[in-house]
Amino acid sequence: MKVGVLALQGDVREHISSLITCGVNPVAVRRSIEIDQIDALVLPGGESTTIAQLSEVFGIYNQIRDRIADGMPVYGSCAGMILLANEILDAKEGQKSFGGLDITVRRNAFGRQVDSFESDIAFNDGSADLVHAVFIRAPWVEHVGESVHVLAAVDKHPVAVRSERLLATSFHPELTGDHRIHRYFIEEVARPALEKVK
Amino acid sequence: MSEVTGTARVKRGMAEMLKGGVIMDVVNAEQAKIAEDAGAVAVMALERVPADIRAQGGVARMSDPDMIEKIQAAVSIPVMAKARIGHFVEAQVLQSLGVDYIDESEVLTPADYENHIDKWGFTVPFVCGATNLGEALRRINEGAAMIRSKGEAGTGDVSNAMQHMRKIGGEIRRLSSLREDELYVAAKELQAPYALVKEVSETGKLPVVLFTAGGIATPADAALMMSMGADGVFIGSGIFKSGNPAQRAAACVKATTFWDDAKVIADASRGLGEAMVGINVADLPAPHRLAERGW
Repeated sequence: MKVGVLALQGDVREHISSLITCGVNPVAVRRSIEIDQIDALVLPGGESTTIAQLSEVFGIYNQIRDRIADGMPVYGSCAGMILLANEILDAKEGQKSFGGLDITVRRNAFGRQVDSFESDIAFNDGSADLVHAVFIRAPWVEHVGESVHVLAAVDKHPVAVRSERLLATSFHPELTGDHRIHRYFIEEVARPALEKVK
Repeated sequence: MSEVTGTARVKRGMAEMLKGGVIMDVVNAEQAKIAEDAGAVAVMALERVPADIRAQGGVARMSDPDMIEKIQAAVSIPVMAKARIGHFVEAQVLQSLGVDYIDESEVLTPADYENHIDKWGFTVPFVCGATNLGEALRRINEGAAMIRSKGEAGTGDVSNAMQHMRKIGGEIRRLSSLREDELYVAAKELQAPYALVKEVSETGKLPVVLFTAGGIATPADAALMMSMGADGVFIGSGIFKSGNPAQRAAACVKATTFWDDAKVIADASRGLGEAMVGINVADLPAPHRLAERGW
């Protein structure tokens, strides 16, 4: 399985080291030809407006949107969740997402940086262990479509959701050294989806 | 379930999210929107860009809260603001306004010529300037969650930023090459805490994100700093003191992402119009060099 991390802006390096720990060989991708070669994609934390804009400027916006629509497994953290959402609230005027995940997400829903926080939360992957979650100017999910399952919530706001092939968290597992969410993406989301295609 | 704010991890983590991006100085809501539309990852709200502070002289202070709030209302990206070195009350005011990062900045006139702000006591994170590794580690020891090279702000002359990035990088590489029993003396020479010196020696990098600032005026300048190991770029006067700010801002963002691809940088550099006029740092009399503020 060839996993790419979209490397236009954001904490690309942290996602790459988490993925290496999960036993895959990730590559940073910025160009169309690089995106052609991957089986699955991670959208990192960063500034969603910047990443969306750069994807258009460098001509890979349509390609990523289409590959997601065609079933490529994708995991997005924070900005990545916003980029996967079908609908964005409190967006910059005209802000685009790649879409594919039937959720409505509210940007900076937990507040500004002074409200950024860490917390131990339940993550519904079958384990009872809590996951240490770091929220930085984080979004939350306001509405989920029928195809979407909520895996974690804070104060009843969903903060981790998945559909069959897409996973999104509003927190940053790549910052904690706990690779459980990345492993979940590789083993429970991406691998089954790719095997089904074969 | 307990939620904890203001931890070192959320402060440093915020800077991780800015990596690979450009942070732009803006003096009003209109400029802030231009910056956001151009793909800036954050804006720095201030009353006068460094080039104007330099030209007009006088004491430079924290910006008017009204002006900061107008900028916060205008954009959805993070808004940073500057406090004077050692002026912890300006920092408290900025925190109460909900700015996303405070730059304890040598561009403003220092309020304290001995002590910097004790940054651990704040929920809001701080970025501080540094000209060398010892200075960077002293700021981190005081609680800075992000470091930037100082460069020489408001000049459009990239040579000091280059010098500071080479110096910081070189000193980190030297630490990595030392024996463990040599780190005590290294800490003494750097005038930095031993624990941080040991951490840098082991990891080969600063414990926080390292941006660059001071004199960056063109897409090629931004790319040069990225290739020197910067995690991202602050552009102060370089954008809104140029002929075509919107286009130059977008071009610098492109060049920061594709810093290692000369073709992209060439395309981004085409037809940008007039760059800021600039001042050679060598022509500045020593008392007017901002990089020498802070210790």
